[in-house]
Amino acid sequence: MNFGYYPGCSLSGTAKEFDLSLKEVLKYLDTDLQEINDWCCCGASSAHSASHLLSVALPARNLILAKEQGMKEIVAPCAACFNRLKVAQHELKTDDHIRINTEELLDTKYSDGINVLNLISLFQQIGLEKIKSNAKVDFSKLNVACYYGCLLVRPHDILKFDDPENPTTMEEVVKATGAKPVDWNFKVECCGAAHSIAHTEIVENLSMKILDDAINYKANVIVVACPMCHSNLDMRQKNIIKHNPGRNKIPILYLSQLIGLSLGLDHKKLGLDLHFIDTAPLIASLSENEVAV
Amino acid sequence: MENNHVHPTIQKIINLTNQDPANCYQCGKCSAGCPVRDYFDDAPNRVIRFVQLGLYDRALKSKAIWLCAGCQTCSSRCPQNFEPAKFMDALREIAAEEGIAPSDKNVQKFHKAFLNQIKNNGRSFELGLIRDYKLATGKLFQDIDAAPTAILKGKIGFTPHKIKDTKKIKSIIDKAVKGNTK
Ligand code: SF4
Ligand code: SF4
Repeated sequence: MNFGYYPGCSLSGTAKEFDLSLKEVLKYLDTDLQEINDWCCCGASSAHSASHLLSVALPARNLILAKEQGMKEIVAPCAACFNRLKVAQHELKTDDHIRINTEELLDTKYSDGINVLNLISLFQQIGLEKIKSNAKVDFSKLNVACYYGCLLVRPHDILKFDDPENPTTMEEVVKATGAKPVDWNFKVECCGAAHSIAHTEIVENLSMKILDDAINYKANVIVVACPMCHSNLDMRQKNIIKHNPGRNKIPILYLSQLIGLSLGLDHKKLGLDLHFIDTAPLIASLSENEVAV
Repeated sequence: MENNHVHPTIQKIINLTNQDPANCYQCGKCSAGCPVRDYFDDAPNRVIRFVQLGLYDRALKSKAIWLCAGCQTCSSRCPQNFEPAKFMDALREIAAEEGIAPSDKNVQKFHKAFLNQIKNNGRSFELGLIRDYKLATGKLFQDIDAAPTAILKGKIGFTPHKIKDTKKIKSIIDKAVKGNTK
């Protein structure tokens, strides 16, 4: 199988383990990614805070490039990029005014026709059976909290992906690895998103509630599909612990890392040593077949 | 949608969002589920109410429009299919365009530093973003404990990934962002 690839800025920086683990897993599952040549930032949460037109024009440039490079289907593993690409696509399709302004700004014609996949829909396409039949490590005692955050599921009318209040597709992928998804309350709550730098206190507070609920429901790990969620739950967890001594730690893995672990792939190649919250105890307990809580 | 009897600010909101604030019937469901509401001065439905009452200045000076995290919980739950998240985006853009000082300078400086990275490199460059944000806010020591770990692990690079077409990207951003973003 072959897909176009829009890595987005985070995956070449602070979320490089997301990129590493995804490529490792896809190689194992005989799936190729072809990166869009000369892609630019999708604008993330800053473009739509400054200019509606810009929030459409930046993704539009990438969609146009993908099409020019002969792609029909692209994977945007970062939930924020996925969201911006889909929203822009929708607006370009349904609003002539914004399409004309965008074309004028980019000095290129836009035509629709690229299917944008997120991390979960990518694995659905590859086939969960393939993950299941290749799973090597016993995950039967591993309890996983699937965290979707905001941008994979909202706005539902445009993304048309899963359910906006109680999504379950990530749980299906996790079940294919043999792990047990826990039933918990915070899977679509906001972690504070891009406020990590300007309002760290908001992010720490919102993220702490998410961590607490996962721990309460006996999860050993939280699995995510968004670099912003990962950095808020992983990097900010260090400060959350510092400000609230005695708290339990919980490791935060990208879904691609969890799949890689179940396939028995090399931990370093999955970037499992790149987290702020150490993943070693979790990995050690897996090989002992007894998962740390 | 153009209407001669509509106030220019309302018209701008309608143009930017394709929705009329008059459709909000003030049930408050958006505010009930807003995860950041505790940090806002005015709850989301209240900001909408200001606009409905013609108190544009109150709305455009509200902290809420800058502290909104864009999570869209409100938009997905509104029984009127109104999207407060889009409405908040529009108010930020209009406030900047009208030269109204942002009621939360840190958020505005963060977005500005972020867009500057895209202007210079075509992509976001984390070290540059943090440097520019710190210089703009004077918060020189923030995250000083997290940064070395990230650098050691090779997660934050020292040189930006520049794309070929940076000139074009810069002109796109300069043309699209009209307002005073200083
Ligand atoms: S949920 Fe919708 S109708 Fe209710 S107050 Fe909010 S915007 Fe208005
Ligand atoms: S989008 Fe903004 S206003 Fe709406 S619920 Fe999220 S933080 Fe609150």
